[in-house]
Amino acid sequence: MYGALWRVLPGPWWVRLLIVLALVAALTTALVVWVFPWIDQFVTPQDVTVEEP
Amino acid sequence: MSIEQGRRARAGTPAPRRRVSVVGILGELFITAGVLVLMFLGWQVWLGNLIDGSAQKDDSVALSQTWNKGEAAKPASNERPDPGPPVVGTAPENAVQFANLIVPRFGADYTRPIAEGIGVDDVLRYGVGHYPGTAMPGAVGNAAFAAHRTGHGSPFFDIEKLQIGDSVYVETEAGWYRYVVRSLEYVQPTGVGVLDPVPQMPGVAPTDRIITLTSCNPVFTASERMAVYGIYDTWYPRAGGPPAEIAALVKASS
Repeated sequence: MYGALWRVLPGPWWVRLLIVLALVAALTTALVVWVFPWIDQFVTPQDVTVEEP
Repeated sequence: MSIEQGRRARAGTPAPRRRVSVVGILGELFITAGVLVLMFLGWQVWLGNLIDGSAQKDDSVALSQTWNKGEAAKPASNERPDPGPPVVGTAPENAVQFANLIVPRFGADYTRPIAEGIGVDDVLRYGVGHYPGTAMPGAVGNAAFAAHRTGHGSPFFDIEKLQIGDSVYVETEAGWYRYVVRSLEYVQPTGVGVLDPVPQMPGVAPTDRIITLTSCNPVFTASERMAVYGIYDTWYPRAGGPPAEIAALVKASS
C-alpha cells in the first residue's frame, strides 16, 4: 500500500520524501482540526457537573 | 540492480509487477489504525489541551484587559485599609463570560474565563462555568463553578493538587475576590448537595461566602464528581491594585 504510493510518486527520492512529508503534515492538521474534536465527544467524559437525577 | 534486472533493462522489457499481498495490505492498515489511535491519545491528553487551554487563557487575558485601566500594574499593599464588604455583581445571560478564575496552584500563569451556565457546548468548551442560580462571586452563599478535567483545555486538570490554604481568586470588573481552599469531597454525579448555599445542608440559610469547584472524578472518567470548597477571605477592589500573590500574572495580562 505505502510501497505502491512511493512508486507512483514522481521525481527522485528526496522529492518523493518532501511530498510524503507534506501529505503527512496535511493529514495531521486535518485530524487535529476536524477529526479528533469530532471523535472526542464520543470517547471523552463530558460530564463535570452535578445534576438532579 | 541485479544482473537479471540489468539484462531486462537492456532488453527494454518492464520489470515484473511486485506481487500485492492481501496480508501485507491488511498489516499496513492495522499499523495505520494503531498510529492514528496513538495520535488521538496524544491529542486528547496533550496537544488538544495545549491548543484549547492557550485559547482559553487568551480569552481570559482579553477579558481582564477590558476591565484594567492601569491600576492593575501596582499590587495592593499588605497594610491596605479594610476593603469593606465585597461588591457583588449580577449574573449575566447564559454563556456570557463575566469573570476569571485564577489559581496559583495550577501554575503561575493560570487564568481561565468564567461564563454563566454549565452547557457543555456553549460554556465548558471555552473555560469555567458558573452554576446558574448559585451565588455570584463575593456574595453570601455558595458560588459554584464547573470545568473539564479531561479535554477542552482541562481547566481543572490539577484540581486534586489543591491543598488546604491555597488561594483561589475570582477576578471580576469590580476586583479580585480571594477564597481559601478548605476541604474537598467526592460525590455521585447526582450529588447536588454540593451546590447548596451551605454545602450539603439543604434549607439552611447561609452566613458564609463559599466557593465550590466541581469536576469529574477519577480523571479521564466521569463516574463520580469531585467538589473542592473554599471560604472567602477578602477582596481587592480594582482601584487598589491586585493581590501581591498574582500581581505578576495580572501585570503580564495588562
